Amino acid sequence: MRPIRVLVAKPGLDGHDRGAKVIARALRDAGMEVIYTGLRQTPEMIVSAALQEDVQVIGLSILSGAHNAIVPRILELLREKDMADVKVVVGGIVPDEDAAALKQQGVAAVFQPGASLDSIVSFIRTSVGA
Amino acid sequence: MKTAERQFSTLSGVPIQPLYGPEQVQDLDPERDLGAPGEFPYTRGIHRDMYRGKLWTMRQFSGFATPEETNRRYRYLLDQGQTGLSVAFDLPTLMGYDADHALSEGEVGKCGVSICSLEDMETLFQGIPLGDVTVSMTINSPAAVLWAMYLAVAEQQGVDWARLSGTLQNDILKEYIAQKEFIFPPRPSMRLVTDTIEFGARHTPRFNPISISGYHIREAGSTAVQELAFTLRDGIEYVDWALERGLAIDDFAPRLSFFFNAHNDFFEEIAKYRAARKIWADVMRDRYGARSERSLKLRFHAQTAGCSLTWQQPYNNVVRTSLQALAAVLGGAQSLHTNSLDEAYALPGEHAVTLALRTQQVLAYESGVVQTPDPLGGSYFVERLTLDTERAAQDYIRRIDEMGGMIAAIETGFPQREIATASYQYQREVESGARTIVGVNRFQSDDQPIELLQIDETSARQQTAKLGNLRRRRENSRVVRSLGALRRAAEGKENTMPCLLDAVRAYATLGEICDALRGVFGAYQETSHL
Repeated sequence: MRPIRVLVAKPGLDGHDRGAKVIARALRDAGMEVIYTGLRQTPEMIVSAALQEDVQVIGLSILSGAHNAIVPRILELLREKDMADVKVVVGGIVPDEDAAALKQQGVAAVFQPGASLDSIVSFIRTSVGA
Repeated sequence: MKTAERQFSTLSGVPIQPLYGPEQVQDLDPERDLGAPGEFPYTRGIHRDMYRGKLWTMRQFSGFATPEETNRRYRYLLDQGQTGLSVAFDLPTLMGYDADHALSEGEVGKCGVSICSLEDMETLFQGIPLGDVTVSMTINSPAAVLWAMYLAVAEQQGVDWARLSGTLQNDILKEYIAQKEFIFPPRPSMRLVTDTIEFGARHTPRFNPISISGYHIREAGSTAVQELAFTLRDGIEYVDWALERGLAIDDFAPRLSFFFNAHNDFFEEIAKYRAARKIWADVMRDRYGARSERSLKLRFHAQTAGCSLTWQQPYNNVVRTSLQALAAVLGGAQSLHTNSLDEAYALPGEHAVTLALRTQQVLAYESGVVQTPDPLGGSYFVERLTLDTERAAQDYIRRIDEMGGMIAAIETGFPQREIATASYQYQREVESGARTIVGVNRFQSDDQPIELLQIDETSARQQTAKLGNLRRRRENSRVVRSLGALRRAAEGKENTMPCLLDAVRAYATLGEICDALRGVFGAYQETSHL
């Protein structure tokens, strides 16, 4: 069976990449194929990387409070490119109200501080049906 | 679990013996390793009387939304008894973009205050006399530009630069290593840092042009030893560049300042600060031949560990912060920031930041720990940890020397990989339950809701409107001329500070100035080290 492919992306201007890197390693250790975009990716760059890398999941790490500007734009680009089946997962500092709103717009899950690596791995496994 | 089977170690994984006594410190030579407080090698502190003479500066890092709103917060904090200011800038400012740049969307005023031009800096310090208040500014890649704005505001207030006291963070190396807010490649960035150190040595004798920072290295997941070693090796790199510029060691070394994290492991942190002072004194004396006593003394600011704060049960964060702050005080910090209980969620609200300041005031005025210097000096355990921390850090410093210095080490990804591995290992220990985080992986309960500071897009609209106005009002030919002169200075070897001052006085914006420098220096793209 083909391993799950995940794009871990760090959008926005923030450079705090500890979380993104820890998640990338954990997903890799769980047998997934992980592509890490590096810092300061625009929504366009992220969606184009997701298309080229043929991933099933995009994991976005956002700590700066810019999620309400960035995430909807990524969802919109995915729909435009007929990639709405790609699951978008968000991790970082996202208040409860914002998390609910993002999920309503199509985000598969929002992981807030303290979420365990195991819960993230198993969510991704279940949601792509692997 | 039975005690006999348990492994005891510090937060950074240093094993801890069952008991410490005289046998554990047989290699300690008090004269060589400790000295008295205020005496070489300053392990016990840089002042003979420490806090009996002067308490540390209580300096809460703050900034959000517009300069108008942050100015109100500063006046509030000063009214509450805070003794210094510390400016937090938003991400567009840290990255050298104006509020109306496409990449600034959603980020204006969120993580700090938005400063786009001298006009904003004037507003930020309105009614705050810069000759009387010490100001620290957390800015790195564009630090020289923001500092030029600060100097220009002082000029307008009629304050002689020689009277200005404060600190510019201006530590670009730890950006490549850990925090990643970089604009230009390492070498031109180091040139800008050296320009500020040189300019400061001539014009601002009481201002620290750099705060060599381990804080962010630790927040990125390093161990205590890595934080210490990488920070001090960064310091060595700045010294080498300043000497290369032709400065004499004792003309700038007294104004080098440091910034460390205050994390959870109480004794390990205290040992770290003590070892830091000793290593730096040795480096200054033996490696550089510094003669001035002020060059030998490592002065540092401490901030409690943001990464230790939890989203779950946020009131527990007050307790964590108190213990971390106590470690910084027992370790001899010159200034301190205590984090607020709500900082795992957002920038701190007014109630939370007041409680954080009160925490410092309780330590200073009620706990009694300020009454004698280095009260833990002579503790078998603390002395053993201090010696071991020093040796482990010296070992890293030697390895980086062998690589050809910190820039070469950064280019190969050495410190970045060391930190990534340490942070992953730590997270694995939390996952497995080997490390307890109260309220997160043990002792869970329902969270109590707390009041949060919300920053909406109003700040972005206000900042954008002000920029539009400024660009119409200012004398644009003067802006163009000053940016042209800056470009030529950047292409050559002269100090860029005078040209930066001319550009900010002409109200060239931060984005325009950084674009001019990007045109000359290029932009840095890192290779990611997973």
